Formats: sequence, structure tokens, C-alpha cells
Amino acid sequence: MAKAKSFVEEIELQGHIIDSLLLPKVLDEILTRGGTYTIKKIDLGRQREDPSKAKIEIKADSQEQLDDIMEAVHDHGAVPTLQRDCEFELADMNGAFPERFYSTTNFRTQVRIGGDWVDVDDQEMDCGIVLDLKKQTARCIAMVHVKKNQPIVVGHQGVRVMPAETAARTSLFEFMSSAVSSEKPKGVTVREIAATIKRTKAAGEKILAVLGPAVVHTGSVEHICELIKLGYLDVLFAGNALATHDIEQALFGTSLGVWLDRGLPAEEGHEHHLRAINTIRRLGGIEAAVKKGNLKSGIMFECVQHAIPFVLAGSIRDDGPLPEVITDTLVAQDVMREKIKGVGFCFMIATMLHSIATGNLLPAAVKVACVDINPATVTKLADRGSQQTVGVVTDAEPFLRALVAELKT
Amino acid sequence: MKTPRILMCPPDYYGIEYEINPWMSRSRGAAPERARQQWRDLHDALVKLGVQVELMTPQPGLPDLVFTANAGLVFGTRFFSSRFAHPERQRETPFFDAWFAEHGFTVERLPYDVYFEGAGDALFCGPILFAGYRIRSHAAGHIHLGNVLQRRVLPLELVDKRFYHLDTCFCPLAPDEAIYFPGAFDAYGRTVIEKHIPKLIAVVENEAERFACNAVVVGKKVVVNAGSDRLAEDLRKAGYECLSVELDEYIKAGGSAKCLTLRLDGEDAAIW
Repeated sequence: MAKAKSFVEEIELQGHIIDSLLLPKVLDEILTRGGTYTIKKIDLGRQREDPSKAKIEIKADSQEQLDDIMEAVHDHGAVPTLQRDCEFELADMNGAFPERFYSTTNFRTQVRIGGDWVDVDDQEMDCGIVLDLKKQTARCIAMVHVKKNQPIVVGHQGVRVMPAETAARTSLFEFMSSAVSSEKPKGVTVREIAATIKRTKAAGEKILAVLGPAVVHTGSVEHICELIKLGYLDVLFAGNALATHDIEQALFGTSLGVWLDRGLPAEEGHEHHLRAINTIRRLGGIEAAVKKGNLKSGIMFECVQHAIPFVLAGSIRDDGPLPEVITDTLVAQDVMREKIKGVGFCFMIATMLHSIATGNLLPAAVKVACVDINPATVTKLADRGSQQTVGVVTDAEPFLRALVAELKT
Repeated sequence: MKTPRILMCPPDYYGIEYEINPWMSRSRGAAPERARQQWRDLHDALVKLGVQVELMTPQPGLPDLVFTANAGLVFGTRFFSSRFAHPERQRETPFFDAWFAEHGFTVERLPYDVYFEGAGDALFCGPILFAGYRIRSHAAGHIHLGNVLQRRVLPLELVDKRFYHLDTCFCPLAPDEAIYFPGAFDAYGRTVIEKHIPKLIAVVENEAERFACNAVVVGKKVVVNAGSDRLAEDLRKAGYECLSVELDEYIKAGGSAKCLTLRLDGEDAAIW
């Protein structure tokens, strides 16, 4: 015998639910999502103008399934018989949510507290929502930061996600953000991105760059330096490699041992990046190396000179690493979260790891341009929920050269 | 015949300053001069049809105030003020409310937890209020309105983001006749429309994309964005005359003729 469905909620649907086909539509929604229903009561209007009213009991196999059904029927005007605030449970341990925690998206979200809908702060995908019951506020919280006894939102009741379209500020480049293609005209895209950067700047929002080492390998250091000097770069996220090869170039003129001016491998050049790291470690860090006059050019040099905050997040394959590299990934995430505040535009160039990491942290309202020679990187970013991304499939250097030229016009 | 009255707002501050629907892109800004001229052409065309056009005072920082259709829903002397889904447009509400209060309407509000975007999403065809939901307005809001008005309300789910308001894909012509773009609705919605409106003119996709459904109906005259040739022909066969006005500057913001107007004395198709 089939197990009885034991998760139950009652909804009410009223209005001209027969003529408008809302009743059959809601019932279909329940069934297609694996639930069952019982119409507990139905009052049909006596005349055509009279509304009808149905009380429907929904049963599901799990709380999750029930929440899914409730979410779907709510859109068609069905309301739980009791209008209630969001539900919460006190965290029963540090570092983990209660089992039924509400999992966030990167779209604007509201929760109902004390009868009022309030915006959830620090919107970030794949988090939970913690409430401040005294102040009647709510914010996203990462799993690792949960402290025992914090009130964490559970279930879908009293939680609403603003129509995808709100996030459709994201539709910034709607007309070209369709599929990622290597066969789109780059000129238009670059112009669009440059225009967005200028607007972001004018609006007083910050521009974030997420850069991979290929920026150095392809000879684009000068372009990034130019962006910094022009004031179009406010925050830099990267890893050990970008900083290392940038410094290698500054100290030895090579990137991964290849002369950047001639494109030929240098003798014993493969040692250069390790020697560069060693030098910086001996000097006590990148900033110290600049201050002491040993590091005189490159992206990291310009960042220090222009007081551009940078976050270098470590990875398991790093050499060294450079002293500024944050090797604890959770600490790195937190520093990145902090630096993301106020960012209005982000460009990600030639790095899959840091792009996806940053994409995970950005609210859907922040526009992103992702530049990579590999279409899969751009697709991956969108597949992970960062749908506000415009993808450009191209080599880093020509893109940056064109971008700088556009920004100067 | 009564003199039709329509509310419009001059486009002094019109522009693409934010992006809240798939048509808007700040990188494709409106050309102010051209926008002003097109608005003027629409205004003059309506005046020529005998419409008494009322004007609101434009407000700096509220570029979409030109789209008066979204102010709310007019029902007799009652004005049901919109609850806009987007904060960018919520700021328009005090100005619309003030205008209606000053012009003899009773301003009424919907419950705080529903979104409702006025005549953009709620259109009478005969005695029935057809109401678009999902993208901008909540079905629950329309149902509430039906209770308050004691009228039949048929909520229609909008399934294509491009047609984000009902008035971008559906336009009543007379109590028993309407134009619509079938692709903007699901099978339920199409069935509801087909069952309740005896005479329907379907608009083809490429004309719907040019906002052919976003038309202003005055008697047997239909004012519509330029380039809706096939619709014009269908309307002619149905006994209507189609007047074209170029309004492409407003399509950049996701609006056209209908969005720029709000009928104050009841649409010709409405039976109150």
C-alpha cells in the first residue's frame, strides 16, 4: 500500500475561478508537482458576477514537495488559509542550518515579519536567511557563519522572491546576452561594456575586476594599469598566479618564463616566477616591495600606488604563495563579500575559478561581463545562476586593448 | 455621444534611466526631441478624434510618468491606485494619486502585499475585467479587485516576458471584440479569452513585437504604432479605421500608444 501523504496545507482560492480556469489550473499544478488534493468546500457564485470560493487541502510526500506546490499555486492567487509570517527555527548548532532552512537565490527577496514584508539584506545565492527579531530585519547568511540559537528562516511560508524581472535590471544587455557565442561582433559588445563601466562610475558605484594569469601571459598588464590610472578599476579579485606573473614580468620581463616583448622562452625562465615569489616573500609582501622601491611596475604596483584594494584568494596548486594571498578559503570568501559592497559592475577575465567564486557572491542586480577564450567558462557562470552575465569569447589582450581605447573616447 | 477623456503626461523627463523590462536598455537611450515629437503626434491625433486630453505635470526623475496607463484602474469616479512591482516606479504613485484626488476621483488602494499595475494589467471587455498576472501584477490583487468592484474578473497568466503587461498583448475594441497576441498566453489563458470574447483578431508575432496590441481605441478608430500593416488590414475588414503614429522612441521603454494614455471615462469596450 502506498504510504499516506502526511504533509498538509490548506489553501483558499476565490474569485471567478471557474470562468478564468484558475481552479483547474491550480489543481493541475498540484498534481504535476506530485501532490494530491481534496476540495474541502466549494461555494459557486449564484450569478455570473458572483465570485466562487474553494477551500482545497493539499497533501504532499515531503515538506519540500509541499513547499514547491505552495510556491506554484501562490502565483495563481491561492493563499494559505492562514496568512502567516515567515517561519524560523533557532539554529541548533554552529556552522549549519536547521534541516528545513530556506535556501536563497541571488534575486531580491522579502520575508514577512510581524505582518510586514521586509527586504533581505546582503542578497547572495546559496545562503540561508537569519532574522533580527528585535530590529525586524533579515539578511543572507552563509552556512559557516551560523551561530547556535540564531533564528533561521525555514520553509517557504512568508518568503517571496521578487519577480525574476526585478532582477532584470540584469537584462542590461538583454538583446545580446542570449547564448554565448564566439561568433558575435566584438566591437559592439566592447562598446556596450565600456558604456556600462562609464555609467557605473558616474553613478558612484564601484567597478570590480576579477583577473586570471592569462591577463599577464597575453601581455595585457599595460591595459589593466591604464584602467587603474583612468580610475575605472576600484577593486581587484585574483589569485596567487595573476599577482605572481605580474610581478615576474615587473622583475624579469617574462611571464611563465616567456619574454613578453619577444614571445620566446628565456633561459632558465621557468624559475622566474618562483624567484619573483621568493623576492616578495623576503621583502615582506607586495605592498612592502612597492614601498621599498623593489617593485616598480605592473598591476600589483599600480594597485598599491592607487590604494586599490585587492583580494588574492589562494588555491591548492599555488607556489609560494605571495604573503598577501589568503589561503583560508572561508576567510577569502568573507573578505570578498566585504569588498563586493557598493560594486555596480564586474568584469571577469580569463579565470574560471575566481569568476565562479565571485559570481556566487554577487546579487543578481550587479551586471557582469565575463571574458574568456573558452566558451565553457562563460556558460558555466550562467549555469550556476549568474544570469546577469554577458559573455565575450575572445583572447584577453585584444579585448582589453579595445576596452581601454573605448574608455578613452 | 459623450466626449472621451484621456489622461496623458508630457515626456519632458522621459528617458531610459533604468531597466525593468526586456525592452529597456540604458545603452539605447531615447532621443528626447524625437520622443517629444512622437508624443505630440499621438496627442494631436487623439485631439483630432475628439478626445479631451487632460495633462499631468511631468516630474524630474520620473521618466516613466509618461505611461499614465499604469497609474491605476479607473472605475466610474473610483480610482484604484497601482502598487508598482518596481521601486523605480513606486515613486510615481503620489503624483498620480494627487492628480486623481484633485480631479474628483476617490483614490482607493489595494492590500499592501499585492502588486497591481492599473490599466496596464486590467482591461474591461464588456462587463468582464480581464487581468494579466505573474509578471507585474499578482493574481490575488485582481481577485481582490473583483470582490471590491463586484465584477467578474478573469485573471490571465502572462507567459512571455516581452509582453509583461496585459495591454501589450490584448486590447478590447468593443464589448464583444478584441485584438490579442495568442503567444503571450498559455493554453488556459487563450481558452478563457476565446470563450468569453466572440470576435477576436489575432495579431502576428512581428507586429505584436512592435506593440500592435498597445492601441488606443476611440469609437471605430484605433490609434496604433506605425508598421502594424496586417492588423490595420484586419481592423479595416472588421469595420475599424487604423491610424498609425510612429512611437518607436517609447518602444525602447516597452510602451506604445495605449501605455501613454489612460481613459478617464471608461473605455468604449467597457460595460460598467
